[in-house]
Amino acid sequence: MTADNQLDVWEVFMQSKPGANYIHAGSIHASDKQMALQNARDTYSRRGEGTSIWVVPSSAIVASNPEDNGMFFDPANDKIYRHPTFYVMPEGAKAI
Amino acid sequence: MEQAQETLLREFEEKIECGFAIEPKDKMPAGYRKHLVRQMSQHAHSEVIGMQPEGNWVTRAPSLRAKQILLAKIQDEGGHGLYLYSAAETLGVSRDELIEQLHTGKAKYSNIFNYPALSWADIGAIGWLVDGAAIVNQVSLQRTSYGPYSRAMVRICKEESFHQRQGYEIMAKMMAGTADQKAMAQDAMNRWWWPSLMMFGPHDSDSPHTGDAFRWKIKRHSNDELRQKFIDKTVQQAEVIGLTIPDKDLKWNEEKKCYDHGEINWEEFYRVIGGDGPCNKQRMEHHIRVHNEGAWVREAAEAYSAKQQYSKNA
Repeated sequence: MTADNQLDVWEVFMQSKPGANYIHAGSIHASDKQMALQNARDTYSRRGEGTSIWVVPSSAIVASNPEDNGMFFDPANDKIYRHPTFYVMPEGAKAI
Repeated sequence: MEQAQETLLREFEEKIECGFAIEPKDKMPAGYRKHLVRQMSQHAHSEVIGMQPEGNWVTRAPSLRAKQILLAKIQDEGGHGLYLYSAAETLGVSRDELIEQLHTGKAKYSNIFNYPALSWADIGAIGWLVDGAAIVNQVSLQRTSYGPYSRAMVRICKEESFHQRQGYEIMAKMMAGTADQKAMAQDAMNRWWWPSLMMFGPHDSDSPHTGDAFRWKIKRHSNDELRQKFIDKTVQQAEVIGLTIPDKDLKWNEEKKCYDHGEINWEEFYRVIGGDGPCNKQRMEHHIRVHNEGAWVREAAEAYSAKQQYSKNA
């Protein structure tokens, strides 16, 4: 909470249709869960953009640090056995 | 220390050069952050203040259809303000600070909203010309280098085309109406044309912020380029419905394949920015009053939340 109580910040994730991934839409301000959902709907789904919404207090989000990207997201290209093409299939085997 | 700063700046500019987007937790020069907060908050404030000239006509819209459309449009403008505020907040500035900067005059909003919406035709002109000019700018900004700003722009552009079309429809209807209606539409055109051209800002040769903004890919097209794009596509639309562009020097330049236009009254532009426009005082007083009158709602929401918290812990 801040000086002029503009309420807490929440992150909004929206699913466009059942079966789709939830995608970050943006953020909103709200004082509680119910208001957060309502504001998220009003702000990010005025034209049927979503069929389901998650709201999460921004303070609860843990994010990786860009400075650690090199190590953190090392593609481990030396571990070629993680890829299906690494394996030798017997001659004549089908649908594998 | 200084060397570290230089290395940081060089790495940042290389990233920009390669076309990478910048995200909130990335290292960025203080100047980049400052430029973005200034530009994004000005943009957000414009969306919100822009609700006022239109709100003026909600109770007097000429039909239920027109009223519903106007309400939906105003709600969108509020939504656009919220997208932009939340994108600006990712840079570490709070909503309170942004609103305070607006109220103290430290932050600006688009000059265009210091002009009044005098007749129903003005609602048409605002949608068609003002939103039309805004779209040209916003389409360009979809490729701005700061990720959250760019994403907000993509979302806004999807919604703006409804705004422009509803405005043009109002103008077209009036131009197909009685002599009085036609005169009203032409009068709105005469008053909104030049301020709409001013929305793109000073000529490139006089624009104080452009250097860094271009190098850092915050801005992707210059003020004059965007203004030209707007003029070139709007002239034909005016002709189709029989409106005259109030510029006697406007003519097609066959060599450059674009319209040449007359001199913009920059004196008026700077005078209105400086606070001496028809509605500056009214717009700001209204925003401050509504903000203060709404304080009890925010307090009640906080109290309700605290009470829920308390009963959960008890």
